Amino acid sequence: MGIIEAAKLIFEYAKYSEEGNIESVVRAIDGIDLDIEPGQFIAILGHNGSGKSTLAKQMNAILTPTDGTLYVDGKDTRREENIWPIRQTAGMVFQNPDNQIIGTVVEEDVGFGPENMGVPTEEIWERVEKSLKSVGMWEYRKNSPNKLSGGQKQRVAIAGVVAMRPKCIVLDEPTAMLDPNGRREVISTAQELNKKEGVTVILITHYMDEVIDADKVFVMDKGKIVMQGTPREIFAQVEKLKQYRLDVPQVTLLSYELRQAGVNLPECVLTVEELLEELEKIRQQEGEDHGNQN
Amino acid sequence: MAIKIENLSYVYSVGDAFEKKALDQINLLIPDGQFIGVIGHTGSGKSTLIQHLNGLLRATSGKIFYNDQCIYDENFEMRKLREKVGLVFQYPEHQLFEATVMEDVCFGPKNQGLSETEIKERAAEALRQVGLSEEYYGKSPFELSGGQKRRVAIAGILAMHPEVLVLDEPTAGLDPRGRDEILDQIAKLHRERKITVILVSHSMEDVANYVERIIVMNKGCVTFDGAPREVFQHYRELEQIGLAAPKVTYVTKGLQERGWNIDTMVTTVEEAKNAILDALRS
Repeated sequence: MGIIEAAKLIFEYAKYSEEGNIESVVRAIDGIDLDIEPGQFIAILGHNGSGKSTLAKQMNAILTPTDGTLYVDGKDTRREENIWPIRQTAGMVFQNPDNQIIGTVVEEDVGFGPENMGVPTEEIWERVEKSLKSVGMWEYRKNSPNKLSGGQKQRVAIAGVVAMRPKCIVLDEPTAMLDPNGRREVISTAQELNKKEGVTVILITHYMDEVIDADKVFVMDKGKIVMQGTPREIFAQVEKLKQYRLDVPQVTLLSYELRQAGVNLPECVLTVEELLEELEKIRQQEGEDHGNQN
Repeated sequence: MAIKIENLSYVYSVGDAFEKKALDQINLLIPDGQFIGVIGHTGSGKSTLIQHLNGLLRATSGKIFYNDQCIYDENFEMRKLREKVGLVFQYPEHQLFEATVMEDVCFGPKNQGLSETEIKERAAEALRQVGLSEEYYGKSPFELSGGQKRRVAIAGILAMHPEVLVLDEPTAGLDPRGRDEILDQIAKLHRERKITVILVSHSMEDVANYVERIIVMNKGCVTFDGAPREVFQHYRELEQIGLAAPKVTYVTKGLQERGWNIDTMVTTVEEAKNAILDALRS
């Protein structure tokens, strides 16, 4: 069974006029079906206002369906008594690291979640150690969070979620405010958690390069899922993505342009290494052709 | 007519345990009309540097000359400097506060003491420059999308007719199209109004696509300063200070390592495409 299963999920909110009357109803999520298997690395793309963050908030019951259903690890998010178990199953990391850290010392911040769950003290410290090690921040455990870089703060925020032993982590644009190094740190941390600990990862991002290694990509537009597939299947559709205000990784765009110019490259190239291999093949091929002609 | 920075240093919390040198002996000349990118990892000093340009932060030592006059001179009008050097902060949409888009954009010129008609004209002009049509004038800023709000905030600065426009990560959090739209608008403004633009960015690709000069900051110092194609040649050093070159630079460098005879001074998709096509033909 899927760790996150949505069926005909709809979410609406009302806009109020100054007098307090309902002016209009906005449908932010419009009939989404989802089935995410445990252990997958999922990426969600979509322009600003496409509904991705609203969907993410459904996944740990910050918002609940107006119609349709969403099950997190078999638990219905509409049922009040499921809220806490659901939030332990699916942890969330947000965009701004400064809004998520509350402790004055790194290890205390990470211990906050398990402490609230009533985990025995000794086990809290075990969890803090394990989760800080899993994000590569153990040596900073005694530091003050405000002395850390953006990437480091986000890793501490992830450790805080990991310490609650969630089966699933939802990251809502975790790298939007980070420099290139910070972005790399956060993405590789998420990938490690997924591979080594088997945590399901759902990554929402505007950086196409961060999506290349995902198992599956969903593209959202107007509250609907309009494309889904492997990164290779998705990024092969350059023109369609542009219609949805999105993009492809720069290397993919370069190979697309080269293909348009008549270079015999495969339909979708995702990484620098891949492109180098393919171009080298083409050059050797041409060298041989020349040799044969002579 | 230019900004000249001489031996500028800035130290936080002078004299206590948290004392930290944020800027260390910076020397820069920014001629009129340049489009400059400033890159550097978080904490490298780039935001601190740009906040000196309109006098928000005062240097611990050193001087800044605006059109040959030192801004720290007693008779220098700091207020005028803030009109000439417009600073757009990160997430500027958080600073929108008026009830309508039009009123928000009017706020700056109103404080400059202009006449009612001139204020309205400037606001309309600024909104046109960021690509927002009349239908938006009466809307609440909070009804707009993230990208639109950000454009309103930029228009608020433009309406003050700055000679220098400084933007701190204007595309953070925007979708790819929103990013392109904002940067295209800024490039157009730079072309048409010939204003100096200083763009602080974490995206090497964006910087490579738009600017003519890159200033690289590290540990409060200027590490590199030059055209994108020169600066990104130092990609190994850039990686060591938490940055990188655009992906396409790595492609041509990688081909060269494999023995290709190829131009590696490329920083954009277009340049890389041409370099690869040339190399394949020869």
